Amino acid sequence: MANAQEMLVTQDKFTHRKNLKKDIKHSLGEYIIEKIIFCLGITSVIIFSLIFLFLLRTGLTLFRDVSLKEFLFSKNWFPISVNPQYGILPLVAGSLLITAGAILISVPIGVGCAIYISEVAPPKTKMVLKVIIEFLSAIPSVVLGFLGIVVLANWVRISFSLSSGFTALTGSILVSLMALPTIITISDDAINALPKEYREASLALGATKWETIINVLVPAASSGIIAAIMLGIGRAIGETMTVMMVTGNAAKIPDTFLTSARTMTATIAAEMGDTVRNGTHYHALFAVGIVLLMMTTCINLIADFVLNRARKEGR
Amino acid sequence: MKKIAMLLVLIMVATVALVGCGSDTPVNENTTSNGSEAVEVNNEVDFNKLVQVKGSDTMVNIGQQWAEVFMDENPQAQIAVTGGGSGTGIAAIINGTADIAQSSRAMKDKEKEDAEANGYELTEIIAGRDGIAIAVHKDSGIEEITMEQIKDIFTGVITNWKEVGGNDAEITLYSRESNSGTYAFFKEFVLKDEEYAQHSMLMPSTGAIVEGLKQDVNGIGYVGLGYLTDDVKAVPVAKEAGAKSFLPSIETINAGDYPVARPLFLYVAGEPQGVIKLYVDFILGSGGQAIVKETGFIPLN
Repeated sequence: MANAQEMLVTQDKFTHRKNLKKDIKHSLGEYIIEKIIFCLGITSVIIFSLIFLFLLRTGLTLFRDVSLKEFLFSKNWFPISVNPQYGILPLVAGSLLITAGAILISVPIGVGCAIYISEVAPPKTKMVLKVIIEFLSAIPSVVLGFLGIVVLANWVRISFSLSSGFTALTGSILVSLMALPTIITISDDAINALPKEYREASLALGATKWETIINVLVPAASSGIIAAIMLGIGRAIGETMTVMMVTGNAAKIPDTFLTSARTMTATIAAEMGDTVRNGTHYHALFAVGIVLLMMTTCINLIADFVLNRARKEGR
Repeated sequence: MKKIAMLLVLIMVATVALVGCGSDTPVNENTTSNGSEAVEVNNEVDFNKLVQVKGSDTMVNIGQQWAEVFMDENPQAQIAVTGGGSGTGIAAIINGTADIAQSSRAMKDKEKEDAEANGYELTEIIAGRDGIAIAVHKDSGIEEITMEQIKDIFTGVITNWKEVGGNDAEITLYSRESNSGTYAFFKEFVLKDEEYAQHSMLMPSTGAIVEGLKQDVNGIGYVGLGYLTDDVKAVPVAKEAGAKSFLPSIETINAGDYPVARPLFLYVAGEPQGVIKLYVDFILGSGGQAIVKETGFIPLN
C-alpha cells in the first residue's frame, strides 16, 4: 500500500511536469473511449437495421414473381405445387387467431395473478409464487410442445368431442402459458410502482380492499398493465416450436378455435429447410418474415409508448 | 523485471514445444496404424474423411443402422447421418455440404440442373424399396380402399367416411410437411399432382402423424411400413374399384400387388470413390440389404 501511494505521488509530480503533453493524451484517450462506447451503444441498432435490410432485400425480390396483391390477399398457400401460390392470408389469420386465443386466456389469469402477488399475498407466498413463475418462463418451448401433443391435444379432443386435438385452441393454451410470465411480471411491477398514498387514501375514505384494487389501483396502473399485455402478445405471436407441434398446420383460414391453423412462424421454420436458395419459395418465406417482423415491431412500439406514458403518470 | 519476462517467455516456448510434441506423436501413430490396417483390409482407402449423410426422415433410421454396422466392420470410418427431409438432403448435396443424400423421392429435373450448375454430376443409387401404408386408427371401420378413393380423400373431394363405406363422420387428414419426400411422392404418385386439401394437417414428423392417428378414430394418414404400431393399422389398398385389395408387406410389394410403393434413393456427387464407394457397396451387398429388411423396408432382391 505504502509503495503504491509513493508511486502515485511520483506520478503526480510527473504529470505536473508534462502537463501539456498529458492533456492532449487525456483528451485523445477520452475521445477514443467515447467512440468505442458509442460504437457499443449503437451495435443493437446496427444489428437490427442489418437484419431488416437483409430481410427486405431478399423478401422484396418475391414481388418480381408474385404480385403484392396476390401475396397479401390470396387465400391459398401452395408453395410446393405445379402452380405455386403464395397467399399469406391463411398464415396471418392463423397467427392472429392463436395469439388472440392466448391473450384471452392469459390476460385474466396473468393480471389476476399480478394483483394477488402485489396486493393480497403474504410475503412468503409471494416469494414462492415469483420463483415458480420464473420457472414457468424457463420451460423450453419444445418440452411444452411435447406435453401438448401427448397430453393437451388428447384432452382438447375429448372435452370438445372432436376427432382431432390438433387445433388452434391447443396452440393458444400452450402459448398462453408462455406469455403468462411476461404479463405477470410487468403488471406486478406496474402495480408495485404506484405511490402508496393511493392505497392509503382509498382505504382511509372507507373503501374495502377489493374496492381499492378495482377502482383505484388497477385503473392507475392500467398503462403498465396494457404494456404487459402488448409484450405478451409479442411473445405469443413470435412463438414457433410449440405452435408447430400442436396446431396441425393446415394452411386454411381457420373459422373456429377448434380447427387446425398454420402460423407464419411455423411456416418459415417448417419450409425453410428444403427451399432452393434464391427461388421464389425462398423469397416468399423471407417476405413472410418481413410481415412478421413488422407486426412484432408495431406491437413493441405500442408497448413502449404505453409504458412510457405509464412512467410519466407514475411521477 | 527483465529476468521474470525472460523466464515467462522461456516457459511459454517450452510449453508450446511440449504440447506440440504431445499432439504430434499420437497423430503420427494414428496415421501409420490407419494406413497399415487399411492396406490389409481395403486396399488403401483414406478413412480420414468424415462422410456426411443427410436427407429423408423416412430413411434416418435405416441410414443410422447402415452407418453403425459399417463402422463396426471398418473401425476407422467416420459416417454421420442426419435427417431433415429428402428436400433438405438434396439441397445439401447441391450446395456441397453433404457427401451422400438419402432421398425417398427421385430428384426433380430442376434440382439436377441446379447440381450441374454447381459442378456436380450426381449418381443415383437405389438402395431398397419402401411401401407407404395408408394408416388409420385401429378401431376404424374401413375394410379396404381404392387408389381413386385415396386420391379423392386427400384432395378433399370426399370428406365423410360413409362415402367410402365407413361411419358417418368427418375425415381428418394427416399429411407431412412439404419438405418431406413422402409428401412429394404421395402428391405425385397418388394425388397425380393435384393439391392436398386445404384442411389437411401438415405434421412435422411421421411420429406426429402416428400420434395423431392413435388419438383420432376418424383420421387417415400415410406412413412408412416401419411406423405401423398396434394402435395404428394399415388399410388394404386396391389398384382400382373391383380389383383385389392388398395389405402392404414385403411379398405384396415385391410382387407389385401393393400399389403405393417407391424406391429409396442415395445420391452421390460424381462416381462414388474411397470410403463412399465402400459404403455404397456395403449397402447394396448382403449385409446392407439385411438391414433394409430388419428396419421394415423392402430389400432389392
